[in-house]
Amino acid sequence: MPFSLHFSPTPLITAPSPLSKPSFLVPYYHTLHAPKSPLCSSMEHALTHQGKQEAFDLRPEDSQTLPLGLRRDAMPSHVAVIMDGNRRWARLRDLPVRSGYEAGVESLRKIVEICCKWGIKVLSVFAFSSDNWFRPKVEVEFLMSLFERGMQEDTGIFFRENIRISVIGDLTKLPKALQELMVNLEEATKNNTRFQLIVAVSYSGHYDVVQACQRLALKAKCGLIEPSDINVSLMEQELETNCTEFPHPDLLIRTSGEFRISNFMLWQLAYTELYFAQSLWPDFGEAEFLKALLAFQQRQRRYGV
Amino acid sequence: MEKEVMSSLKMAGNILCSASSFIRKCIFGVLRVGPILNHIALIMDGNRRYAKKQKLSHDGAAGGGVRYDAGFWALMVMLLNCQELGVKYITAYAFSIDNFKRKPEEVESLMTSMLEKFHLLDILVKLLAVRVHFAGNLELLSNELRASAMELTEATAAYSKSVLTICIAYTSRDEILHAVRESCEQKRIDLEFRNDDDNEIKLMKVEKNMYMAVAPDPDIIIRTGGENRLSNFLLWQSCWSHLHSMWVLWPEIGVWNLVFAILNFQRNKTYCLEMKKKEKEL
Repeated sequence: MPFSLHFSPTPLITAPSPLSKPSFLVPYYHTLHAPKSPLCSSMEHALTHQGKQEAFDLRPEDSQTLPLGLRRDAMPSHVAVIMDGNRRWARLRDLPVRSGYEAGVESLRKIVEICCKWGIKVLSVFAFSSDNWFRPKVEVEFLMSLFERGMQEDTGIFFRENIRISVIGDLTKLPKALQELMVNLEEATKNNTRFQLIVAVSYSGHYDVVQACQRLALKAKCGLIEPSDINVSLMEQELETNCTEFPHPDLLIRTSGEFRISNFMLWQLAYTELYFAQSLWPDFGEAEFLKALLAFQQRQRRYGV
Repeated sequence: MEKEVMSSLKMAGNILCSASSFIRKCIFGVLRVGPILNHIALIMDGNRRYAKKQKLSHDGAAGGGVRYDAGFWALMVMLLNCQELGVKYITAYAFSIDNFKRKPEEVESLMTSMLEKFHLLDILVKLLAVRVHFAGNLELLSNELRASAMELTEATAAYSKSVLTICIAYTSRDEILHAVRESCEQKRIDLEFRNDDDNEIKLMKVEKNMYMAVAPDPDIIIRTGGENRLSNFLLWQSCWSHLHSMWVLWPEIGVWNLVFAILNFQRNKTYCLEMKKKEKEL
């Protein structure tokens, strides 16, 4: 489905937001595996033939103006979203479930665009949980094809708009073609600096901590570290969110009126402000996002003190 | 005449108390019909704001040192109510490792307050047959406080009606790190001495080493004071917990706040179960 994202060409503000907890850790960037094969054909096509997207509208003033009430100095650096409510949205309209997911993808595209416009550096989205593998096979297969299609269609946009894509989760469970596409996309966009979209697929907070523990145990077995050396810094280097300069979300938004974390980024959410929106994810647009950000900016963060 | 008035007032007070107690018992009975709560976790936020409010209302001056007495009694009343409701596990976030960063006099005041309360806590939990467990990095506490905590844990180990876990010198990240260290150490021993070639550490292994391994995951986490965040509390265990934030300050929490939180939980749980049922039908 063709769409256009309106982006400002001006670079992102590089100074960290004062409301973000300054990292006391040495940044550790995810070591990506080299792609197993040259860029997949769809990516090459996107790069050479500019995809099927229309030329986007350059509006330099977008990056300078924020909606009334939002303060630029208090914008969160990293926003995380649990995109809940796609199936309910479809059911309420007597549509098949897949329509809900497709509407959800459109909603995500809009939010990505808004994040870029308003100076948010990282957006993490909980696309597919480890627990979602228990859903009906037909639904899971559709979701996998939706991810593949979405990434292929938007590849041109990611390159043009200087967006970095990172994927976290147990990718070994995904279809091979999708795995390869994701790894290649991560590698190809790793030097993009304007905005980072972290997509959590086949992910859970428990999985993240256990895989970090696994890697630390291996290091201990090899004599590289002692178990007693394991501290916050070593732990964070092994968590999947080591792919970003801002691993801890400042704000978590969950849509559809559920008041739970549902196993998303547990370690990383220690001091995150939680916002629960009643609207379903496909209906979560700019107005709702603005409400969430305004609420965030009213909060007094004490980081446990 | 005065005696008659006093007597009438006393009778009226007794009737009101009985009526209130009867209404409370009826509502608790209704709540017990709904989805059963096994574990309630509490983030007891708002003590300092409450103390400031009280001081301002009494002498208008902000005093030094904040007293947590009202907060302690609020916890005891909550424990009583939870027992009456049939909730077996109650966990309270009493003191975070991050709280050590507060002003030294404030930390000192809090530690003194906690030590003073141990004797009272000892009497109350034995009366209510509550097993007390302390979760956290107790090495960070003073010898006296740590010894009192361990003594109370041992003295109540045989009780099984309810379990009160007090998180003290606790953060969830510290708990996870502790569990990870233990798991890695155990795996190293397994690999070295038992010729175990399996490099994998399973989730259950990590969970077993958590400070909170004594209790199941909380059904609901209630936070007072109006903030909407976990503040490094039960991050691992809260993955499926219903999160409920309320504006009331911790020392002001009453039974009706608890009732409302539980009704909220039951409504969400019922909705979740309905959705799961519909998914199976589809």
